[in-house]
Amino acid sequence: MAKQAVVVERMAGSKPHRGRQIALEIVTLLLFILFMMPFLIVVLNSMRTNAEIINEPVGWPANIGQLWTNISDVWNNPNFNFLSALKDSVIITVLSLAIISIFSAMTAWVLVRNKTKWSSLMFFMYVAAMVIPFQVVMFPLLTWFKQVGDFIHIPLLRSYQGIIFAYLGFGEAMSIFIFHGFIKGVPLELEEAADIDGCSRAGTFFRIVFPLLQPVFVTVLVLNGLWIWNDYLLPLLLLGASGSIKTIPLAVQGFNGAYVKQWNLIMVSTLLAMLPIIILYLFAQKYIVQGMVDGSIK
Amino acid sequence: MSSKAKRKLTEMLFLLPTLLAFIMVIIIPFIYGIYYSFTNWQGTGAASAWVGLDNYKTIFQEPGFLHSFLVTVIFTLFNLVLVNVVAFVISLLVTSEIKGRNVYRAGFFIPNLIGGIVLGLVWQFIFSNILPQIGKSLGMNLLSKSLISNKDTVIATMVIVNTWQYAGYIMLIYVAAIQGISKSVMEAAEVDGARYWTRVAKIQIPLMANAFTISLFLTLTNSFKMYDVNVALTNGGPTTVFMMKPVQASELLALNIYQTAFKYNNMAAGQAKAVIFFVVLTIFSVIQVSYNKRKEIEA
Repeated sequence: MAKQAVVVERMAGSKPHRGRQIALEIVTLLLFILFMMPFLIVVLNSMRTNAEIINEPVGWPANIGQLWTNISDVWNNPNFNFLSALKDSVIITVLSLAIISIFSAMTAWVLVRNKTKWSSLMFFMYVAAMVIPFQVVMFPLLTWFKQVGDFIHIPLLRSYQGIIFAYLGFGEAMSIFIFHGFIKGVPLELEEAADIDGCSRAGTFFRIVFPLLQPVFVTVLVLNGLWIWNDYLLPLLLLGASGSIKTIPLAVQGFNGAYVKQWNLIMVSTLLAMLPIIILYLFAQKYIVQGMVDGSIK
Repeated sequence: MSSKAKRKLTEMLFLLPTLLAFIMVIIIPFIYGIYYSFTNWQGTGAASAWVGLDNYKTIFQEPGFLHSFLVTVIFTLFNLVLVNVVAFVISLLVTSEIKGRNVYRAGFFIPNLIGGIVLGLVWQFIFSNILPQIGKSLGMNLLSKSLISNKDTVIATMVIVNTWQYAGYIMLIYVAAIQGISKSVMEAAEVDGARYWTRVAKIQIPLMANAFTISLFLTLTNSFKMYDVNVALTNGGPTTVFMMKPVQASELLALNIYQTAFKYNNMAAGQAKAVIFFVVLTIFSVIQVSYNKRKEIEA
């Protein structure tokens, strides 16, 4: 990143006029403030009482301590139940990511290393399926998951296993595609050496190939992670608005619909919902940005 | 078991989990989905009768659906322009020689980290409380009432929120493309006396053609499928009149499909709409990508 920045610095006009330089900085700063304004509004209004907001929507908080009162109101509210939603979101996101990335890498590797009609056909099938929007499968999926769940006596609706399995199905096509592109560039020699040394096929994959995939794992984890963490429609359908498992988006929307608008509490609920991902971003910004860019270009 | 057979077995097992999920989650529901759209399916596993094209005939006479179609296309077109113009301008700013450009780059992306439900609620507050007060104190009539409850401005509010959320992501793609242009090309043009905007228009933009193809595709599909911001910001409202019938002014297709099935309990019609949605989205995407690819070659 730093190196690129230096290159860009040199590139972007070597002798800019001083006046233009200042103008650029002011424009960027103003645009940035405009972009960040909604976050400021959330924080400020999380510190106010509802009466303050109704009387005067634009205003400073009278007492910053009100933030803690609001947070404890929301935190303990049975309609929101932030900790439980956080736990459910973490469980669903982490487990989905684990199985999507491992299983997709396994599939992509077998498809790359076997150059047969079948492997090309399967790869084509996954790529073609990427155009299918969620809307066209969502209603039949509900009925079908109900039937299958009844048949195997493992519930697929309103359960962790059902939604995680569904995320594997919806996330794998793009992930296989990304892994496929990367593995094509991994030289065969290492694997052949392992083969000669008597390493099993699975051993070759997990000991030799898997560690080499690290950069592309970032891409797959970031792209799928942001989508699954923030997804609303699939959890709404598979977990239900009033089920016992609730992700953060479901909890926020449920809380919002539960009362006559108490804007201060709604602002606190959105603040709490934003915090985990923003904190993660502060630590993993480099990887998240890299993953988003690589994922879109591939 | 021979080592060759063992090898084949391992590879089969490696393909199995994704194949199973793919068949169970995509293929079977997709096939059922197409089939159900030609029946009077009730959304249960119970037998349903073949009705031919009846569902399709019904939905194309339904003002609510046609209106949703129209506003989704309008919403998508405005997003295509606004998201990409804003993202491109920001990408030029944050690759110029300004201070703190890395902080800006990271900052502009933040809205994209947060889900549509949360963002929709925040902006609902801004449009229904903050802006009206500002409008009143400045004496601006348009702003003094909520832009969300005005049928003429409600789509604009969704375009604003979507642009705010999505431009930071598209900006990253443009920034990567700008950084990929070799600096000698830009310097040569500068030495030859090309002005800044000439360099942007004649060199940068043509060399970034691939980034435009990707960005327009992402914006197109993202806007066309928009659901969560729609639910949290407007939930389809307010009511307006279309083909002499009351319809929901800001109900995009994805929300209309959902409401048909669950609010109006017409699963088969909802499914037929979803099939149309799929076909149209595929056609739009193919047209856009092949158009841009042609441009790329010309460039």
